Amino acid sequence: MTIALYRLDDRLIHGQVVVGWGKPLNASFIVLVDDVVRSSAWEQELYRMGVPAEIEVVFASTAEAAERLPEWERDPRVGILVSAEIDTLAALAVDGHQISRVNVGGLHHRPGRTERLRYVYLSDAEAAKLKALAAKGVEVTAQDVPTAHAVPLKDFT
Amino acid sequence: MSEPLHGVIVSHAAVAQALLAAVAAITGVSDALVPVSNDGCDTGALTERLTRAIDGGPAVLFVDLPGGSCLTSSVRLARGRTDVAVVTGVNLAMLLDFVFHRDLPPADAARRAAEAGSRAIRTPAA
Repeated sequence: MTIALYRLDDRLIHGQVVVGWGKPLNASFIVLVDDVVRSSAWEQELYRMGVPAEIEVVFASTAEAAERLPEWERDPRVGILVSAEIDTLAALAVDGHQISRVNVGGLHHRPGRTERLRYVYLSDAEAAKLKALAAKGVEVTAQDVPTAHAVPLKDFT
Repeated sequence: MSEPLHGVIVSHAAVAQALLAAVAAITGVSDALVPVSNDGCDTGALTERLTRAIDGGPAVLFVDLPGGSCLTSSVRLARGRTDVAVVTGVNLAMLLDFVFHRDLPPADAARRAAEAGSRAIRTPAA
């Protein structure tokens, strides 16, 4: 197996990721890519609290993730990679990495963003970044939980 | 303590609101608890909701799960403060105990509530 889900979610590790996706995918590891969390042991412990002991949690900076992505993609276990930032996944999608799909799972209201879906708020610049990602051949859809309909990018940008 | 504690129930969806209604129905106390849902919130927005809910404290935050966005926002808010404490695994039993013991320091009230909630979890023979 490999990383089965590349997810954009500003809540990072939470119930929808661990239970909603983690259970049906039978995920054995979760990679949280965030430069701030990577530099804070306290933040890492906070996110680790919500994950069962049998699931490994890896904390990585964007640079570390770019370096280790091939290793995670070759991992025989099923994994989930989550980041809060479009730029982070866009950075990981270059250099021939095998990111074929990105799941927009939760990007919430901030100044400058407008509602695109109940759980997706984007600025025009962010929408353009997702379109640029799709133009590279990455399938970008919005879907908060596996039982929901996957909404194509063109329907929310 | 001169100012009674108030409790903030922090949950997914409408669990907090439902627990608040149940406490009021059982005890008649309706001013001790405030419900906060994480619906539509990222971590920052939820922290803002919690800040408004505790209204300066002192308070105990009753969180539904021991992980996830409700917990991370609550712990961030309580970090370094003695006037705000956090309990996870909120249930009706712990809230019923809490509303009648709001004169304790937040950390003591949180521990007491956790014990009351734990005692309510049983597997009775049927």
